Amino acid sequence: MSLRESLRVAMQALRANRLRSALTTLGVLIGVLSVVLLVAIGQGARSEITGAIEGLGSNLLFVLPGDGDFGGGPQRSSFVADDIERVDRSLPGGEGRAAGYVIGAEAVQAEGNRFNATVFGITENYLGVVDRTIARGQSLSRSDVATGRRVAVLGASSAETLFPGQDPIGRTVSLGAIRYRVVGVLERVGTTAFGPDVDRQVLIPISAAQRLFGSTRVDAIFVRAESTVGIEADREAARSALAERLEEDEFSVVSQDEIIGVVGDILQILTWVLAAIAGISLLVGGVGVSNIMLVSVSERTREIGLRKALGARTRDITRQFLFEAVALTGLGGVVGLALGIGAAELVAAFAPVPAEVTWWSIALALGVSVLVGLVFGVLPARRAGQLDPVTALRHE
Amino acid sequence: MSGQDPAVDDAPLLTADDVTRVYTLGRDNEVHALRGVSFTVDRGEHVAIVGSSGSGKSTLLNLLGALDRPTSGHVRYHGRDVRDMDDAELARLRNGSIGFVFQSFQLLPRLTALDNVILPLVYRSSSPRERRERATAALEQVGLADRITHRPGELSGGQQQRVAIARALVTEPALLLADEPTGNLDTRTGEEIMTLLEELHRDRGTALVVITHEAEVAARAARRIELRDGRIVTEVAA
Repeated sequence: MSLRESLRVAMQALRANRLRSALTTLGVLIGVLSVVLLVAIGQGARSEITGAIEGLGSNLLFVLPGDGDFGGGPQRSSFVADDIERVDRSLPGGEGRAAGYVIGAEAVQAEGNRFNATVFGITENYLGVVDRTIARGQSLSRSDVATGRRVAVLGASSAETLFPGQDPIGRTVSLGAIRYRVVGVLERVGTTAFGPDVDRQVLIPISAAQRLFGSTRVDAIFVRAESTVGIEADREAARSALAERLEEDEFSVVSQDEIIGVVGDILQILTWVLAAIAGISLLVGGVGVSNIMLVSVSERTREIGLRKALGARTRDITRQFLFEAVALTGLGGVVGLALGIGAAELVAAFAPVPAEVTWWSIALALGVSVLVGLVFGVLPARRAGQLDPVTALRHE
Repeated sequence: MSGQDPAVDDAPLLTADDVTRVYTLGRDNEVHALRGVSFTVDRGEHVAIVGSSGSGKSTLLNLLGALDRPTSGHVRYHGRDVRDMDDAELARLRNGSIGFVFQSFQLLPRLTALDNVILPLVYRSSSPRERRERATAALEQVGLADRITHRPGELSGGQQQRVAIARALVTEPALLLADEPTGNLDTRTGEEIMTLLEELHRDRGTALVVITHEAEVAARAARRIELRDGRIVTEVAA
């Protein structure tokens, strides 16, 4: 019996039991759909978050509090303003490449408009180091930082919320009881699903922010290396400069690539966990296929006996039932894949979660659904093939 | 297409040589269904195997149809022992040399008459067009040219058995093996079916072995083999 003939006979049998075939396929379909969709969401999250880190610009070094073990959660910072200077002076080939910031949340208001903003206290070179540009007005100056002048630069959304339809330059905003003059507005970055909305920031001199928060701490220091090659020298310089004052476990210097690597790895694991959870539903679908195939074999015992009497070999029968199982799961795989891609597009378009269908999730879903058919079809198919024709023909 | 090996062409079509079949139903519970049966069927012969229920004729049918192997003794087709054949060879023998006609017709209800007749052709290499042509011709020969798209449920008992006979002859077998072919039919229809089988046997030179408990059906055969308690008690030529 040719393969094509086996396939034709299998499809004929599936068509004879349309509702049952459809319901069995549905189990596999849902499994494949959830694998594709959840992996798409996991991958989407991963590329969005690593993209956000990359968006800070390449060649960045992050001087962070703590020993660099991200698993321990946020660590208390021991940095002070002098440490920014210390790092900056240590860097080979010129100053102004190290920037520091302190971060806090504060209600901001202007002319009756009010919202809770992320307040960044920054050194004057911060925007250059993280690669952000001023859309209107000017940036914070060295003397603003030195004297703790009460001036502010607004994120694009902050400016729109506080001064809808007006030019905010020269106007005043209040953080708590203190008033600041707006000197500039930042270029819009765009929204992301994860992390803070950078367009809703309010940036003030770090000295002013420390006064506002009643603290002398600095949360982190960023260093922009002059080139990829210079990163290692800069890292060593920053490390030894800070080691003069701080303990080994009070700070760490990591590159952007390392952060992307660690964050990417974590999110990749998340993706795999999602895939595994969805895979369980695929497995349940496979058990359903196996179950219905066993029912089908026992219902068609006489047919199997007859086919053997008419000249079917054991493997013709086995193949026929295996094809039926694979046709069920393969169909579920294809339809589930199509719906999964559709669902991922819908999520990407309408939900705040990103979704990104990857080629490997497509290959995995199709491969696994066919494999599920083979694995869960083998038992019933072998049982069918090995039926004794004499007993099978007499079966009621 | 009869699956004959030219080297043993002068051997009889079918020989049973001291055939026994013992069923083990449980510990110390053996049923001796056949206790040493020997006979020969030549090409183009018409033989009736008769016996009451429990005489061992169903067991003999299974052995002659190569659906089962004897416990001892030999069943040979064209001189080749069925015992020596593997699964694929047995399948080829059933497909090429034997045409089964069952008491309960054994048609697949979801298939049309035509597709039921095509069924054995599926297990040999032929084009779909060739299969259709041969199956249509077989249905014409049994007088069902106008029923080829009907399903078994839409046909009378006699018509269903005609479809089954068309399915048996479409492979041009050397032997038609009919198990109580009239058992589920009324007397007149049964007679029509027997007449049809005998026509095919005469016109095509196909050997016809009919297993039956009905004396009238047995009386039509050229030779009668009577079984009782697993042994041949009489063998008479008409």
